[in-house]
Amino acid sequence: MNVPNNLKYTKDHEWLKVEGNTGFVGITDFAQSELGDIVFVDIAADVNEISAGNSFGTIEAVKTVSELFAPCDGKVLEINPKLQDEPQLINSDAYGDGWILKIEIANSAQVNELLSDEDYSKLIS
Amino acid sequence: MKNTKFVSVHQKLNAKLVDFAGFNMPVQYNSIIAEHMAVRNSIGVFDVSHMGEIRIKGSKALDFVQHITINDASKLFNGRVQYSAMCYPDGGIVDDLLVYKIADDEYFLVVNASNLEKDFNWMNSNNKFDVEIINESDDYSLLAIQGPNSKEVVQALCDKNIDLEYYHFFFANFAGVDALISRTGYTGELGYEVYLKVDEKTAIEIWDKLFDAGKKFNIQPIGLGARDSLRLEMGYCLYGNDIDQTTNPLEAGLGWITKLNKDDFIGKESIQKVKENGLKRKLIALVSNEKAFPRHGYSVCDNNKNIIGTVTSGTSSPVLNKPIAMAYVDINFAKPGSQINFLIRDKIIPAGITSLPFVKK
Repeated sequence: MNVPNNLKYTKDHEWLKVEGNTGFVGITDFAQSELGDIVFVDIAADVNEISAGNSFGTIEAVKTVSELFAPCDGKVLEINPKLQDEPQLINSDAYGDGWILKIEIANSAQVNELLSDEDYSKLIS
Repeated sequence: MKNTKFVSVHQKLNAKLVDFAGFNMPVQYNSIIAEHMAVRNSIGVFDVSHMGEIRIKGSKALDFVQHITINDASKLFNGRVQYSAMCYPDGGIVDDLLVYKIADDEYFLVVNASNLEKDFNWMNSNNKFDVEIINESDDYSLLAIQGPNSKEVVQALCDKNIDLEYYHFFFANFAGVDALISRTGYTGELGYEVYLKVDEKTAIEIWDKLFDAGKKFNIQPIGLGARDSLRLEMGYCLYGNDIDQTTNPLEAGLGWITKLNKDDFIGKESIQKVKENGLKRKLIALVSNEKAFPRHGYSVCDNNKNIIGTVTSGTSSPVLNKPIAMAYVDINFAKPGSQINFLIRDKIIPAGITSLPFVKK
């Protein structure tokens, strides 16, 4: 499984990429592989804020549905517009074009509590 | 857990294996959607060896089959297959099945793996015709070869001309062994089901020959996930989802196999009464233009969120790229063309009542 070392991870299989105050959130390669073909990402268009550990939407695969959990507190800057028509980008490029949220990180202390790539690799092994 | 004779092939292909009816079965090899489209556009192979096979033998074999099933088995001739169901006295469904007529004194019944033991016991407890009821499920491997290119590939391995009509079968040599080949399937595509009595080594050789013969059509192994979405696009019922002991064949849309004009059969009186009194609910087909799709057990509601029914099967149709579902709804809301709603995570998702199949062939 691909677990890039420049990202932070949750035990619920989300990743967070930190660029200064900005963060990108997605689900891991392991998660997309377990879910299989993703056909719909359901995030309320009017969602403004996410808070660590809480659900901010759901992700629908053919066989199953799964909650999406926020890695940290933050303000939602953008929902990946491509996912509306191409949710399968999460399958094909989980850490790139398959990003789900762009956020402004509200609490950087929470970021330090997230799993490292090594810890996450252990979790899924 | 039981394994089919093809388990090592599935493992080598890195299939995701799950427990299905006590069998270690491939749910997907790579992508359910890609597998689904391979069957719609070219050819795919399903290992469905988990299915149950029960042979009925005896001078009164027809009387027995007529007694326990709702379709009219007297219409069958040697080499003909029929889709049918077994009902309880109250009209609830024991199982749906295929009935193959082998000879006047011999029928071959193919039942759902999850119901095999129940069906076998049910048949034995209703055997007032002194027939032999033989569970041959462990002896048989079963491959479903489905898709528009299936005929050419099956023909390449079969010693007989494969010009079989829909729901007909014959015995032939297939890839070097004796087989029963029927033009049946659960996908809505041109397709064949091949019943084999072989050991593991021979089974794997047959699989390899089949994939060699289908190479030019990019033949693919197909898991149970795509089997489910393929059958749902056609509106075929799945036991445990759309039909069970609490549903009668008329409300399930199986009136076409319910022959109330034949002699007595188990459940006839109750089903007759349902017909006379009219249906209270009905299995309907729903299609939506939204993205969110319902699954088994989700509610169907009116515009005020009043629950009017329950989804029995739902998915995102790979061909239509839209949510499709079957649901039992109150008969007052079951009018074709009318708008009702799925209730998905407490949100109202509009859907229209359409006709089956969802994907017109």
